[in-house]
Amino acid sequence: MSHSSQTELVIEAGRTERQYWQDLWRYRELFYFLAWRDILVRYKQTAIGIAWALIRPFLTMVVFTVVFGKLAKLPSDGAPYPILVFAAMLPWQFFASALSECSNSLVSNANLISKVYFPRLIIPTSGVIVSFVDFMVSWIILLGLMAWYNFIPGWRIITLPFFIVIAFTAAMGGGLWLASLNVKYRDFRYILPFIVQFGLYISPVGFSSSIVPEQWRLVYSLNPMVGVIDGFRWAILGGESVLYLPGFILSAGLVSLLFVSGVWYFRKMERTFADVI
Amino acid sequence: MSDPVIQVENLGKKYIIGHQQQERYTALRDAIAKGIKSAGSKILSLIGDQKEQTTREEFWAIEDVSFEVNRGDRVGIIGRNGAGKSTLLKILSRITEPTKGRVSIKGRVASLLEVGTGFHGELSGRENIYLNGAILGMSKAEIKRKFDEIVAFAEIEKFLDTPVKRYSSGMYVRLAFAVAAHLDPDILVVDEVLAVGDAAFQNKCLGKMEEVGKQGRTVILVSHSMASIQALANRALFLEKGRTEGISLVTEAVHKYLYGGAFGSAAHFITQDNSNKDAYIVEAKLLNERGEITDRFAVYDPIFIEITWINKNWVPVIVGFQLDNLRGVIVMTAYDTPIDWDGKAKKSEGKYVSNAKIPANLLNANEYIMHISLDSANPRFAYDTHYDAIRFTVYDPMNEKCIARGDFKDPYDYMALFPALEWSWNKGLSEPEDNKFVSTP
Repeated sequence: MSHSSQTELVIEAGRTERQYWQDLWRYRELFYFLAWRDILVRYKQTAIGIAWALIRPFLTMVVFTVVFGKLAKLPSDGAPYPILVFAAMLPWQFFASALSECSNSLVSNANLISKVYFPRLIIPTSGVIVSFVDFMVSWIILLGLMAWYNFIPGWRIITLPFFIVIAFTAAMGGGLWLASLNVKYRDFRYILPFIVQFGLYISPVGFSSSIVPEQWRLVYSLNPMVGVIDGFRWAILGGESVLYLPGFILSAGLVSLLFVSGVWYFRKMERTFADVI
Repeated sequence: MSDPVIQVENLGKKYIIGHQQQERYTALRDAIAKGIKSAGSKILSLIGDQKEQTTREEFWAIEDVSFEVNRGDRVGIIGRNGAGKSTLLKILSRITEPTKGRVSIKGRVASLLEVGTGFHGELSGRENIYLNGAILGMSKAEIKRKFDEIVAFAEIEKFLDTPVKRYSSGMYVRLAFAVAAHLDPDILVVDEVLAVGDAAFQNKCLGKMEEVGKQGRTVILVSHSMASIQALANRALFLEKGRTEGISLVTEAVHKYLYGGAFGSAAHFITQDNSNKDAYIVEAKLLNERGEITDRFAVYDPIFIEITWINKNWVPVIVGFQLDNLRGVIVMTAYDTPIDWDGKAKKSEGKYVSNAKIPANLLNANEYIMHISLDSANPRFAYDTHYDAIRFTVYDPMNEKCIARGDFKDPYDYMALFPALEWSWNKGLSEPEDNKFVSTP
């Protein structure tokens, strides 16, 4: 770090901008360390450890398959119903858990924020990374289901990383909003479970969005997770699954807006975190 | 030679204190209620900057603070509770933003506002070293390189893989400080961290910090312990109600803190006042063992006094001084009569330099005011007297060299002298008198 002795840092009201992105790079290892801490700590003193990351989505999938597939007999776009559900469970579970991790991240790291400097953006981002690890682990279930039903995905599977990026962006955007709002208004701690619970039903997790009447599809796509989930299904299920393009573009646009505004609001509020938290 | 690494100009930080709210965070309900109240005239945006409410009051935690710190300086920041010390440190370490003013800092800053920030109880000592190091701004490679050193400094080799929640508080603090002590910053900002830990480890930390200072690094520390400020700092900043007059000598700042007024420490006294005097003083100074002028001495340092004076008219002169402490107690007077009984040996005209030595381990830790004078053999007549010519501080670094105090850690500030006398003892050479008396029939 000898090069840093030449740099001159100027601290002034409203002038954190210049150094910020540079600092973000300098502290890049902290992303990893904070996520690593949360993952290590998460399953300490639990008997079955990481298996918890599998049990929750698996059971939800079973319930949704029984309720929507067997009882309500909703269409499955030509794929086995459990795979249809799980292709949506993956991004949804990631989004929901990232949202909760993020929104509590600043408050639960209050001691860090009031005692050490580093770009605050690292904290909620690490929360998303932790959820992303769970997301990767959950793939085991999908692979298992594919093996069980002898389901082989088509060429579209290679487009999946693109949709993962959108899912990540959506989770970051929503997470940043909630994280910074939660610092000032702890009400969001109580609002969050509603968002997650309602979101599960108003997003096409248990059913295919093709059952939504055509004239409402665009309105339905105002929910940014609709585009993400449809994208996942399109990439994983292949075959009969079709991507409703106007809706997808709308969702993707909203996701970008959510992300950009989330970063903007977070940066704006960040300066006062240490004083308010 | 001045080489400022930190320049602070007109720094101010304003907080808004809410009088009604007990909690620091706002409930959305309150914001909505207020919004509805003022809805008639304006649309209140929940997420925008809030307009000031009548129930709120501005409070400047620090205001108009300006100072400069040179490379290699060790600056102690002192002040009463709420004087703005922590706010200043938080701004310097970029945790919070100033409301106005400007700070420019050259070099890498590491701040240690709390021991063990970011430690996680569930993680092992090893894991916490990496985590804490990263939080304090070290790279993984850097931590790896210093890992063994950190473990050795903390003396926790055996418990490296134990979760720190099972550590004793002493071990916890040792580990936390060890990580922080191995940062390699250009500027180290430290807040009251030495208030914890046992005495032996405190000394180790003080030693480490002294070492950091000697390597040309800049240290800024806040402490309520005047002993550690005096032992560690060479400059000090006294904050009072968020304001300061800038950086001064340690003694002066410590005095302001302790007694509320200016002490104006001065180790070097020069005067031109010599009108119509048969003999007069031109200069007086305090020196340490290395011959450097200083106004701060540890209790185990001898103090050398050098008084330069001129005998103009062939008069017998006795050189002397008096020491008062700040309670107004005359601690001692001393004259050079042991070597020149009536002053006649120094009767010839000319310039003299008189030297005296106050032995080590005699004065108690305190601030002292020294009056110097040239006296005649007649106790009622002095040729030249300067009251309050020199001011200096004797401090107790609270280490093993302070032999008069031994291992006791309480401050002994109520007595004037605290000498290490020549003691001896014998055991069992004679029977107690009582015993003899009783056995006689």
